[in-house]
Amino acid sequence: MAHDHEHDDEHQHGSELSEMQLRVRALETVLAEKGYIDPAALDAMIEAHETKIGPHIGAHIVAKAWTDPAFKRALIEDATKAAQSLGLINRVGDHLIAVENTPKLHNMIVCTLCSCYPWEVLGLPPVWYKSAPYRSRAVNDPRGVLADFGVTLPADTQIRVWDSTAETRFIVLPMRPPGTAGWSEEKLAKLVTRNCMIGAGLPKLANELA
Amino acid sequence: MDGIHDMGGMHGFGKVEPEPDEPVFHAAWEGRCLALNRAMGAIGAWTIDESRAGIEQLPPDVYLAASYYGKWALRLENMVVARGFAGADELAAGRALRDGKPLSRKLTVADVPQTLTRGSFGRTAAAPARFGVGDRVRAKNMHPATHTRLPRYARGHVGVVEAIRGCHVFPDSTAVGGGEDPQWLYTVVFGARELFGETADPTLKVSIEAFEPYLERAQS
Repeated sequence: MAHDHEHDDEHQHGSELSEMQLRVRALETVLAEKGYIDPAALDAMIEAHETKIGPHIGAHIVAKAWTDPAFKRALIEDATKAAQSLGLINRVGDHLIAVENTPKLHNMIVCTLCSCYPWEVLGLPPVWYKSAPYRSRAVNDPRGVLADFGVTLPADTQIRVWDSTAETRFIVLPMRPPGTAGWSEEKLAKLVTRNCMIGAGLPKLANELA
Repeated sequence: MDGIHDMGGMHGFGKVEPEPDEPVFHAAWEGRCLALNRAMGAIGAWTIDESRAGIEQLPPDVYLAASYYGKWALRLENMVVARGFAGADELAAGRALRDGKPLSRKLTVADVPQTLTRGSFGRTAAAPARFGVGDRVRAKNMHPATHTRLPRYARGHVGVVEAIRGCHVFPDSTAVGGGEDPQWLYTVVFGARELFGETADPTLKVSIEAFEPYLERAQS
C-alpha cells in the first residue's frame, strides 16, 4: 500500500514537473520580452531565499531571548522592533508578534486560509505548513497534529492556536531546554528548530546536540 | 468566498507529513514562479489581496490537485491575461507577440533587498476602535462571494478581544479594487468548544485576526 502510494506520488510530481517547467518558462519569457520583469532580479531573489533567509534568523532571536531578559521583554512587547535591533536582516516586517510557551501553555501558528508565515525570519514555509492536513487540523486537533510530529504534551497543558488571518505574523518563543545553563547564544541557537518556532515541535534537548 | 481554500476545521485530509531536510524549492521552476509573482506584484500589477483572491478563484478540484507553486503559476497565467499584461496566445506561444503595457516601475536587481521584507499594511485610523480589550464579540454570520479573511469556522461564534493590532488595509476591499478602506484589526480568541462543539479539546483556544467589520458586540 505505502509503496503504491509513493509510486503514484512520484509519478504525479514527475509529470507536473515537466509541464510546470514549460509553463513557468513561457510566463517568464513572455513577461520579460514585454518588459515587465528582469530575469536577473528573479535570480537575485531566488538566491536570497536559498542562501540568506531561513530559520537560522529566528533561531538567533530565540537564543537571544533565552539569554537576555531585557531583550525577551522587548521581544514580547514589539517583536518587529526587537528583532530589528539584532541587525540580522535588512528589515523585519511590520507587526511581527512573539508568543511565549510556558509550562502551562503551548502556542501553535497556522494560516488556515493560505500560507501566511513570518518568512523574513523563518524562511519560506515548508510544504507541510501549506498543506491541507495542517491547515484543516491545526485549529481543531492540534494535539493530533503534534502527534504527527512525534510530540506529546501533558494533558493539562493549555494549547493556543494563532490563525494568521491578517498581515500580523507570529513566531513562537519556545521554552529553553533544561541542562543548558551557561550556554552561549550561538550554542543555544543550535537547539532551536524551525518547527519549534511554529509550535509544531519542541527545541532539541541538550543531549541531542551532535 | 466560501471556497475550498477556507480549510480550518475540515475533516478528511489525513496526517501531516513533514519532509526531513526539505529544500527551499523542490524544482527550479518553483523559485522562478515565486520570483515572477513577486516581481509582478512589485510593479503594481495587483495587490497581495487580489493575488490571494486569484488563488481562491481556482476551481476546487484544481486547487486540491495542484502543488503550492503549481497554484501560483496557474494564478499568474490567469491574472496576466485577465489584466491585459499578456494574451493567452502569447503564453501558448511562449513568446511576446505584441508590445507590453507601459509601466511606471520595474523590479531591478537593486530593488531585490526590499522584496525580502513583507509589505507594510498599517494605516492611520479615521475613527477610534469600536471594541476594547476584554470585549465579548461575535464573528458575523457573513458569506461574501468575494475575498474575505474571516474563516468559516469562526462565523457566528462568540470570542473575546485580546489585543488591538492597529488599523490595517482591509483585504475584503482591496481584493475587489475598492481601495484600502483601512479598518481596525483585533486578535479575537475563542474557546474550542464554542467553535467546534462539546467534544472539542477543553484545553484548546483558537484566535483569529479579525477586522472590525467582521465583528459585532455580543450580549453578555
